Amino acid sequence: MFDIERWQEIFETLKKNKLRTFLTGLSVASGIFILVILLGFSKGIENGVKSEFEQDATNLITVWTGVTTKSYKGLNPGRYIQMKNENFDFISQKYDQHIEYETSLFSIWGAEISYKNETVNYQVRGAMPGHQFIENADMESGRFVNQADLDETRKVAVIGRKLRQDLFKDEDPINKSISIYGMNFKVIGVFIDPGGEREEQQAYIPLSTSQKVFGAGDDIRNMLFTVKMSDNFDEAVALSQNMANAVENELKLMHTVAPDDTSAVRVFNTLDEAKKIYSLVATIQAVFWFVGIGTIIAGIVGVGNIMLIIVKERTKEIGIRKALGALPMSIVGMILQEAVFVTMFAGLFGLIFGLALLEIVGPQVESDFLKYPQVDFNIALTTVFLLVFAGAIAGFIPAYRAAKIKPIVALRDE
Amino acid sequence: MIQIKDLHKSYHMGSNSLHVLKGINFDVKEGELVSIMGSSGSGKSTLLNILGMLDEADTGSYILDNVPIKGLNEKIAAKYRNEFLGFIFQSFNLINYKSALDNVSMPLYYKGIKRKERTERAMHYLEKVGLAQWSHHLPSELSGGQKQRVAIARALASDPKVLLADEPTGALDTKTSYEVMELIQGINDEGKTILVVTHEHDIAQMTKRIVNLKDGVIIDDSKVEQVRASQYV
Repeated sequence: MFDIERWQEIFETLKKNKLRTFLTGLSVASGIFILVILLGFSKGIENGVKSEFEQDATNLITVWTGVTTKSYKGLNPGRYIQMKNENFDFISQKYDQHIEYETSLFSIWGAEISYKNETVNYQVRGAMPGHQFIENADMESGRFVNQADLDETRKVAVIGRKLRQDLFKDEDPINKSISIYGMNFKVIGVFIDPGGEREEQQAYIPLSTSQKVFGAGDDIRNMLFTVKMSDNFDEAVALSQNMANAVENELKLMHTVAPDDTSAVRVFNTLDEAKKIYSLVATIQAVFWFVGIGTIIAGIVGVGNIMLIIVKERTKEIGIRKALGALPMSIVGMILQEAVFVTMFAGLFGLIFGLALLEIVGPQVESDFLKYPQVDFNIALTTVFLLVFAGAIAGFIPAYRAAKIKPIVALRDE
Repeated sequence: MIQIKDLHKSYHMGSNSLHVLKGINFDVKEGELVSIMGSSGSGKSTLLNILGMLDEADTGSYILDNVPIKGLNEKIAAKYRNEFLGFIFQSFNLINYKSALDNVSMPLYYKGIKRKERTERAMHYLEKVGLAQWSHHLPSELSGGQKQRVAIARALASDPKVLLADEPTGALDTKTSYEVMELIQGINDEGKTILVVTHEHDIAQMTKRIVNLKDGVIIDDSKVEQVRASQYV
């Protein structure tokens, strides 16, 4: 491998056939180039999808209600199903061992929120402490709603970053008093949500407070649960699907809703949706790999073909070498090394070119489901190994043929 | 140096079988210069190929320098060729993209000798054949006689026991042929065993012994009065 003489020989033969070497190299280089670009984009799609799901916990089950559409047990359709605290408590207790975080919500849209002379109309949500984790929210300062706030029905508020900017500008909002529909709430924290500005416009107050000040009694609008994740993704999906179905059935039973009524009680299971999209992404990635590898195979077959021609052309030379005492192994080595060298060199060229393109263009690509296409180091390394392996395969058959050449046949004078 | 007993060789082409060598017996002692003569089809090239381990006999024994040459695999054959034999071909068989010096050092490369020593030894043999100043020329820049002399230097480079020359003057004009024969005689004078296959009588006369082959058998094997090539040059 590290024999200078042999390298010199390889360079000599390659130099003698510049066009042939160039075309062979081009097919391998473009194959690798296409593979790298495809892999980059498949990573980009993965990044895009992941960031879509990052806004909320992926193992989330959301419950909301509507109007019944079917008559059931003597009850007419058109009834509005109103969930109560007791419904939430029941489910919370019954499925305690599967639930990670939980909250029920009572929200007011377009609530009038003001501080000094600034007034805005944003959503105010009555929530429980678990909501922070369900929303993947981080605290910029202060704290989130806690159990004591709920128990004592405190008039406190946690505001989003956008809301803070709108109301307080550069002022520190903690322990300042804001007014919601003229009622004073003490700001106890500012949160940041990966969901962006829309989420950060909101203000959270304790659920009990919200029910009390807005005259909602025991009414709740939504229930949100996250399911404990197991290591096995499919298992987690099955678990959360079971849980979602169970919750739906419980609620329908409690409110006397027809089991096949799809609009009265709705349960949305993010994990199930996530699974669908992730499997779609996986399919896309598999197709990309398939296409990329197919392209490389085409290039490699090209190299193999050229090497066969080279062996044919050099039959006489190989015969001479054998007559002078070349071992079959050294002939195999010579041809193999040339094939590996051509694929390696051309492949690395394609790899670097592809990586450079992704490096330059990648960071500028950012849309909903395609974000920062890139190729990580491991994949680049995999492709390099793939190349060496491919080169060896491309060279092996020609090399084997070369080793089988009988000197007597090769040296026969035509 | 060489002992051959009852050597047979047939070629099969489809259903036809061609019996080329029909029981060859002959010995060559160290330091001999033997020519093998015969018309085309007499089996002389086949005999040389078997001697050169480029081909194998069907039956019979072949002993080279007390080593029985039998049932060789590619690897051992390659080793023996490198160690025992030097080849000189009619069409020179130089590697055309390598300089004269690199061509001569080729057998040394396969012997596993280091580059520096290889170059020194190759240069020594190029000097011996009078081509030292042509060492960096490609074969295409050399005349026929010069190419054959490079080939002789290459055959000598690995210091083999026996030189096998297949029609070494077949592609050369008379004058150049005699120059090449002069060189071969000189090498023989230093004690090297040499076998020359030829169909030219004047070339055969320049060796010390002529073996005549016809239809696969030796019909005549006699010592001759050697004609020195130098008197024609």
